[in-house]
Amino acid sequence: MRLGLVIDLDTCVGCHACATSCKEWNTSSITAPLTDYDPYGKEPSGVWFNRIRHYEVGTYPNNKTINFPMSCMHCENAECVTVCPTGASYKRPEDGIVLVDQDKCMGCNYCSWACPYGARELDRESGTMKKCTLCVDRLYDEALPVEERKPACVLACPAHARMFGDLDDPQSAVSRAVRDRGGYALMPELNYNPTNHYLPPRTRAPVPTHDLGRPSLARKVKEWVNRVIER
Amino acid sequence: MKPSLAVIFLTLFSGSGFGLVALLALDNDFRIGGGFAPIMTAILMGCGLVLVTIGMISSTAHLANPKNAWRAFTRWRSSWLSREGVFAMVFYPFAIADAGWVFFTDDTHGALALLLSNAAAVLGLATIFSQGMIYACLRTIRQWHTPLVPANFYALGFAVGAAILAAARIVTGGPDRALASMAVGLLLIAAVLKAIYYFWIGKPSGTTIQTATGFNRGTVRLLDQGHTFGTFLTREFSNCLNRTRARRLRIAVFMVGFAGPVALLAADLQHSIGLWAITAPVLALLGVGIERFLFFAEAQHVVNLYHGRMPASLPKMPEFMRRKAPSAVPLVAHYDKG
Repeated sequence: MRLGLVIDLDTCVGCHACATSCKEWNTSSITAPLTDYDPYGKEPSGVWFNRIRHYEVGTYPNNKTINFPMSCMHCENAECVTVCPTGASYKRPEDGIVLVDQDKCMGCNYCSWACPYGARELDRESGTMKKCTLCVDRLYDEALPVEERKPACVLACPAHARMFGDLDDPQSAVSRAVRDRGGYALMPELNYNPTNHYLPPRTRAPVPTHDLGRPSLARKVKEWVNRVIER
Repeated sequence: MKPSLAVIFLTLFSGSGFGLVALLALDNDFRIGGGFAPIMTAILMGCGLVLVTIGMISSTAHLANPKNAWRAFTRWRSSWLSREGVFAMVFYPFAIADAGWVFFTDDTHGALALLLSNAAAVLGLATIFSQGMIYACLRTIRQWHTPLVPANFYALGFAVGAAILAAARIVTGGPDRALASMAVGLLLIAAVLKAIYYFWIGKPSGTTIQTATGFNRGTVRLLDQGHTFGTFLTREFSNCLNRTRARRLRIAVFMVGFAGPVALLAADLQHSIGLWAITAPVLALLGVGIERFLFFAEAQHVVNLYHGRMPASLPKMPEFMRRKAPSAVPLVAHYDKG
């Protein structure tokens, strides 16, 4: 079994709901807390397992905004695990989830150097490395209803841009999505063989703009006034 | 990468200490310049031990959770960092036993003395190799992912060690020609290897913001990094030197670390410089210290690509070499968000 996420860049709206629900669940979960530094001050910062960045792909007018959530890829070839000197970082053989044993970590940062995806963040309070657990404490919790035995980010996503499943099983929904939509892994040239995959945006016919009429004089004046008057 | 003083001191002092111990053993094996007297051998071995210990102690300052540091000896089968710790710890008993044996028996060339000193030397060299591989094994940082890194660690450790040995011989008097020549030679080799390294790290890597995001057919530009203030990632990896400063520091490495000590030792070959000889290893250590700062400050982790950052400090390779570079994708897609 190789559990992981498939993220649909076509439907992701960049709302950060996955990141906040991740923080909410995991700040009282197995590697809790996810410490915040100066949360209400001038320089708010803290530990997050999931970060969303926003990119512009292409150049105007053939451009597109891509919202890009990133968390641990739970790589097959997880070098963060092999470089760990203490054995705190490990990859579960049964489902491929990469975890950090908080009782063994000495906070040397070496695993974060080995991770190309920026999935690991040091918690300055506890002095240990923290990372996405794929909500391993939800997946096997029999007290939860079956449909909720998924990572918190997947449940929270309002656009259904996050799918969770077994990427080893060619018939699973995630494997089919990767096959049908041309899903890909990030930085394949580094050969980390990430489990998480990304689905590229669908190709759609462009919205026609050439047939728009010339603006009227009244509209031109209004636009000019809007530009000139400082709000 | 953020240049952390703890790691700079670890690699600088322990590398120099291991280089010193290895050359001391070699010197007594082959009696270069007549070999060292027992008391000097013990003192120099002690000096090597002090250097290594300074390095090892400062390395613990890098740990956020040092109470678990003992666990770092457990994963020697997969981790170079663990191997470094194991080799360094196995080095200690041999080095201490050798220093003690030589001090109390006045015997530097007996079988046991040679066995102990050479065992310490080999273990020290294994530690330097592991130290180099800690950085060289990371595919995420192309300035480090090169065999030149362990080669440089060796060359610099030997160069500083040889400068210490030569200075010790010059200060205490005795036939210093062989040791001073050896130090000059090793300093020059180290300088050339470091120059090759600086020449090479300008090579473009195949990883770009395009492969990082999977949008290989167009330009990719960061619009928003999604957080209002810095994160662990920006603090740890976003360090960037401006190009002018990097160039000045490189010149300082060559002037202070190599040219200075070489000039001093070469002057000694003409007529003795006496106590001034001590400045040769001090200058070499200072120069290698600057070199180690640059080694970290110039390293650019691929995660910077996700923050729209690309190395501004890195020297470009000369045009004629860049044309042969394997990647056709431009190294810097966009660099506008600093």
